[in-house]
Amino acid sequence: MNHTTIDTITDALASDLDRAFPDLVVLLQDDLFSGVLRMTGRRADAEDITQETLIRAYRALSGYPEARIRSLAVRPWMWTIALNLCRNRSRSRSRKPETPLPEWYEPASPAPGPEQMAVAADAGERLGTRVAALPWAQRRAVVLRHVIGLGYQEIAEALERPVGTVKADVHRALASLRRELPTEETS
Amino acid sequence: MTDRLSDDLAALRTPAPAGLLPGVLLGVGLADRYVTRTAPIGPIYVAFNDHGVSAVDVADDPAAFEEWFEGRFGRRAFPAAGLPSAIGGRLDRAIAAGKPGSLPLDLRSVTPFQARVLLKTAEIPRGEVRPYGWVAGEIGAPSATRAVGSALAANPVPVVIPCHRVVRSDGRFGRYSMGEDANKPRLLEAEGLDVGGFAALAARGVRLIGSDTTRIYCHPTCRDARRISDAHRVEFRSARDAQRLGYRACQRCRPAAAA
Repeated sequence: MNHTTIDTITDALASDLDRAFPDLVVLLQDDLFSGVLRMTGRRADAEDITQETLIRAYRALSGYPEARIRSLAVRPWMWTIALNLCRNRSRSRSRKPETPLPEWYEPASPAPGPEQMAVAADAGERLGTRVAALPWAQRRAVVLRHVIGLGYQEIAEALERPVGTVKADVHRALASLRRELPTEETS
Repeated sequence: MTDRLSDDLAALRTPAPAGLLPGVLLGVGLADRYVTRTAPIGPIYVAFNDHGVSAVDVADDPAAFEEWFEGRFGRRAFPAAGLPSAIGGRLDRAIAAGKPGSLPLDLRSVTPFQARVLLKTAEIPRGEVRPYGWVAGEIGAPSATRAVGSALAANPVPVVIPCHRVVRSDGRFGRYSMGEDANKPRLLEAEGLDVGGFAALAARGVRLIGSDTTRIYCHPTCRDARRISDAHRVEFRSARDAQRLGYRACQRCRPAAAA
């Protein structure tokens, strides 16, 4: 049986990376996949990016000295890798826009396309589509906080932003989603 | 925050697809893939990675093979849909011939000494056997018979490296690492060796066979020894006996150092 948890995984990784790494994948794969799916809105992208994140993480860990692995905040560290890959993916997708860009356009923030709509429709998740349409800063913050359930401190580390900024982004995202979901809000 | 919206957001969490873990572990070299093939002793499982074929074993079912593989190599094994081109048709040829040929092998799990033993063993022709001491002598370590036994027991790729062709000089077939010990004579029989005849000969103390016309002596299962007619067939208990009578060693099966 596997008793490794997120709290003991860094010690296990430091003492035997190859043996412990599959446990790390099992521990984080649902978080990473869910988060990346909601940030990109595309299932195929989410699979690719999650796999690439974990492969890059393994390669990085193989080069780290034992002490560095032991002291690693592994969840935020993993999210830093994943978020960079998400950002790069949306940059390369938005390099050739087919229509004139609207005023509010952000290069790192792809608008929901037909594929995103399809993902949402298949899952019956209009909310997922709205999340994917949020500005990038708000989207990544609200997904990490409310879909994945990371604490503000961990999110701040992952994003390399002050906690206050993260909180503000999460609140803005929630306010925006609430405006669009007036009937689903409860008091 | 415990309102409806945050519940709905939390519900957006979904499990990762089943292919993710294999994809990651294969991508970083912490997993191998495997296929099944048929050998004379029944179905066998064959694992491979970018280095080549890494393991061959018998198992009751895929789960048993996967468990054995992870226990032995510390990597996971996932079923493969097909074979990479480097392995492709070479695998079936290697299984049929009982030698690797051009099939790439992953021998990282054994020591350099063990690898020398295994590669030497791969030279023993189909349907023939050699004693452990022969392998030791051939790799220049004549006193390492016991270590040769350990190396063959550690053979990760039986059948493809035919460790079943290395037997005890007293005619018993010895231990076999894949499945049960009886698989060893079974494989040899399937290759055309007269298993009973060889064992009976060895049990009488006969280690070598010579021809009184060519004055050459061989291992009993050497292709050349099997061609000697009964009228010209001479039995020896040791190489020294043969040499004392002026016989010289066969250059094909090289019995010089063998007991």
